[in-house]
Amino acid sequence: MNSSKLYNAVFAAGISFILACLMIGVKLDTDSTVLAVKGATAEQWAWIIGGIAVVFLSQLFSTQVDALFRAIPKPDIQALLPQQQKFATLKPWLIAAIIVVMMIWPFMVSRGSVDLATLTLIYIMLGLGLNIVVGLAGLLDLGFVAFYAVGAYTYALLSQYFGMSFWACLPISAGLAATFGFLLGFPVLRLRGDYLAIVTLGFGEIIRILLNNWTSLTGGPNGISGIAKPTLFGLEFNRRAKEEGAMTFHEYFDMDYSSSYKVIFLYLIAVLLVICVIYLINRLMRMPIGRAWEALREDEIACRSLGLNRTAIKLSAFTLGASTAGFAGCFFAARQGFISPESFIFIESAIILAIVVLGGMGSQMGIIFAAIIMTILPELAREFSEYRMLLFGLLMVVMMRWRPQGLVPMKRPNLELKQQ
Amino acid sequence: MSEFSLYLLQQLINGLTIGSTYALIAIGYTMVYGIIGMINFAHGEIYMIGSYVTFIVIAGLLGMGMVSLPIILIIALVVAMFIASTYGWTIERVAYRPLRGSNRLIPLISAIGMSIFLQNFVVLSQGSRDVALPPQITGGWNFGDPSVFEVSLSYMQVLIFIITFISMTLLTLFISRSRMGRACRACSEDLGMTNLLGIDTNKIIALTFIVGAALAAIAGLLLGLYYGVVNPFVGFIAGLKAFTAAVLGGIGSIPGAVLGGLILGVTEAMTSAFFPSEYKDVVSFGLLVLILLFRPSGLLGKPEVEKV
Repeated sequence: MNSSKLYNAVFAAGISFILACLMIGVKLDTDSTVLAVKGATAEQWAWIIGGIAVVFLSQLFSTQVDALFRAIPKPDIQALLPQQQKFATLKPWLIAAIIVVMMIWPFMVSRGSVDLATLTLIYIMLGLGLNIVVGLAGLLDLGFVAFYAVGAYTYALLSQYFGMSFWACLPISAGLAATFGFLLGFPVLRLRGDYLAIVTLGFGEIIRILLNNWTSLTGGPNGISGIAKPTLFGLEFNRRAKEEGAMTFHEYFDMDYSSSYKVIFLYLIAVLLVICVIYLINRLMRMPIGRAWEALREDEIACRSLGLNRTAIKLSAFTLGASTAGFAGCFFAARQGFISPESFIFIESAIILAIVVLGGMGSQMGIIFAAIIMTILPELAREFSEYRMLLFGLLMVVMMRWRPQGLVPMKRPNLELKQQ
Repeated sequence: MSEFSLYLLQQLINGLTIGSTYALIAIGYTMVYGIIGMINFAHGEIYMIGSYVTFIVIAGLLGMGMVSLPIILIIALVVAMFIASTYGWTIERVAYRPLRGSNRLIPLISAIGMSIFLQNFVVLSQGSRDVALPPQITGGWNFGDPSVFEVSLSYMQVLIFIITFISMTLLTLFISRSRMGRACRACSEDLGMTNLLGIDTNKIIALTFIVGAALAAIAGLLLGLYYGVVNPFVGFIAGLKAFTAAVLGGIGSIPGAVLGGLILGVTEAMTSAFFPSEYKDVVSFGLLVLILLFRPSGLLGKPEVEKV
């Protein structure tokens, strides 16, 4: 251990002390209309000192810590999957089995877990949509939630003003979201990547501000409530049919009324939508357009010199991503029965982005995996809910530093020359 | 003068006040972008932390019974700049430096993560509610006929102008005259070449983060005192505005950031003069889109040539 290590450690500890002591150690508090400063409790100071000690020791023994980290075997998720050859024959059966399990599963578990699964499926849908834009085409979209909001509000408004059904609104929502994506994308997609990020972020804010202030149409911050639930060929899932003469689901099938039918039905719709989205994206990825997305992400100049129209390609990715978000939004509005601009804030975009990044940009398996983690983990750790966003941010930084390719990196067929 | 033109004059003054603080934050974006070509997304949070530190110091000193306002303000300014710079330096060291040289999206995502982290760090440590500080600097000058329309220029606004002007001058002198400033300019010209010529580019990059954070802290102090309220979420929108200002003026150019900030501030003030003030954000982002469409390099920026 040399002196520069000690110097580094003391320096890092000093910096951590400066960072911690004013923000955690001192708290602003309004003390009978006068702003006062309060010191932290002894427990908080203990935490601060503990944290500084950790920083100090980890810097002091950084070589040993690094060695320790390197000693931990990296989880090789690819190795856990069956071999490529075997997998190809097994794949259709595996997929069929997963679908069957997903269909049967909700009938055996509690209502709460089915509801949570539905939410997870919404995030999977959103993650897959953003994956087209960020993962495949390499365009950083920070206002993805705007398209989600467009989809949700389209259904809510059409259902409220024109009494249109969920099934009719589903394509309209997706179409309108895609139109918004097209209109926004058309001018800005010529821009460089980081400009695009900020413009989409601004667009997300604009949509939220408009929803918040256009009170006569959207109800402003109060949102829209009483949005109709989806029906099964006109059969409602309520205790009594809304319209005279119409039948409800349980009357038609002569069953006792149970509120869990509605939850399970919503879950099944979500499963159906997710399967459709996965299928479509999988096909698209194998089409020339999908190849072009990835090629453009890898090298824009090479693509242009090969005669690919970059605006059209980027626009198609952007529009398709937006329409997926529109789908998810429409379903979200139907599931909640109530929407307000509160559900469409920037943090929501960041969560979806975190799902894509965590799962591995471009990898569909990874995104499904990450969406499940991101929605179930907060439910399991409810007592830490206030730390949720903090850990989110930290996770994004840590992932970028140690595993930028994500948990399940995208795999594509490739040949490698083995070095002797 | 007529009532209308006096009203416009008042909005112009308000706009320039806000605009000059946007300019201070925008410089941080523009300097970092000019050198390493990344958007420091967490810069807005530094401004917010600067505001919080200012409030803590002022409330603490007032609580200890100190009465001399100038001394309190100077101490608050120095402490806020110091703490914010420490944050800026640490962010660069922890979240950006290890990622340098990788794909463009990766540091940007890391920066977004850092921004979310810092925001929630302040939410957890200071609470998410508004913290209000009673106005410290009151009074001002009034012009015009009180029966028609009175234009007011408060001492606070004058202070904002003066401090912004002094910091800009010092920054310009630093960049154009000092050795470190010359190294900064060299880095933004060609990072690799500068490194070859024996300049520690890591040090210079860290320095840009420190200078940017210090300027953001000055903006934090000024806007904190001007509005009298701060909450953990102010950094997000202010950062976005400042970035708009930086792009407006041409990202990478320091005079451009100042010009962009002033234009943005005035545009916002004029918008809120005629429309409900909620729409001023819509107008400023609309302005950003228009600028990027018709002049992607900004007002004073150099057009960027993509090299293979």
